[in-house]
Amino acid sequence: MDYALAIVTAVLLLAGAFFALVAAIGIARLPDLYTRMHAASKAGTVGSGLLLLAAGLYSGELAVLARALAGFLFFILTAPVSAHLLARASHISGYFPADISVRDDMRMR
Amino acid sequence: MITPAAIVSAAAIAALGILCIALFVTVWRVIAGPTLPDRILALDMMTGIAIGFIAVVAVRTGFSLYIDIAIALGLVGFLATVAFARFVLSRRAVASGTQGRGE
Repeated sequence: MDYALAIVTAVLLLAGAFFALVAAIGIARLPDLYTRMHAASKAGTVGSGLLLLAAGLYSGELAVLARALAGFLFFILTAPVSAHLLARASHISGYFPADISVRDDMRMR
Repeated sequence: MITPAAIVSAAAIAALGILCIALFVTVWRVIAGPTLPDRILALDMMTGIAIGFIAVVAVRTGFSLYIDIAIALGLVGFLATVAFARFVLSRRAVASGTQGRGE
């Protein structure tokens, strides 16, 4: 039982850190703001959420696990809101997608 | 014989190393990012990586209070991103307002 908990925690820790690294590579490599936002707000949220879940599971207390799950749920709820708000504000302010993009529906109107 | 604590400790050290690389790559985007929204997005991502650091430290030290700190940091990061988005909008309004007056 101890070994099972330790292995699950280790896998969650490594998976969360890997997701954070994927998000960071996406932020560094993708061509414009909107594609970078796609990397950061999906992979970044899952990365920090999995790490929180690992901390909650390894503590072995139900109250701590419930708080970790509440934090994960909070990040999942707020990440799309902030990403959409930032994307909308920057598109209205005149930061447009890179030239490599195929189409931009908000500019065609 | 490998103990469960040794497995978790090794995984936590590896996670800290990977998170360090991710943090430095994101800091590079904050410095280099060509536009203001790029920097705001990278700052938001840095908040997420800091939450990950806090969770790994919670696993290593065994203090469960760190999870509350991580939740509070997530709240602050969300509010900061919302405020920066409003700032991007209002800065554009101010810029076009002065342009209109100049003409």
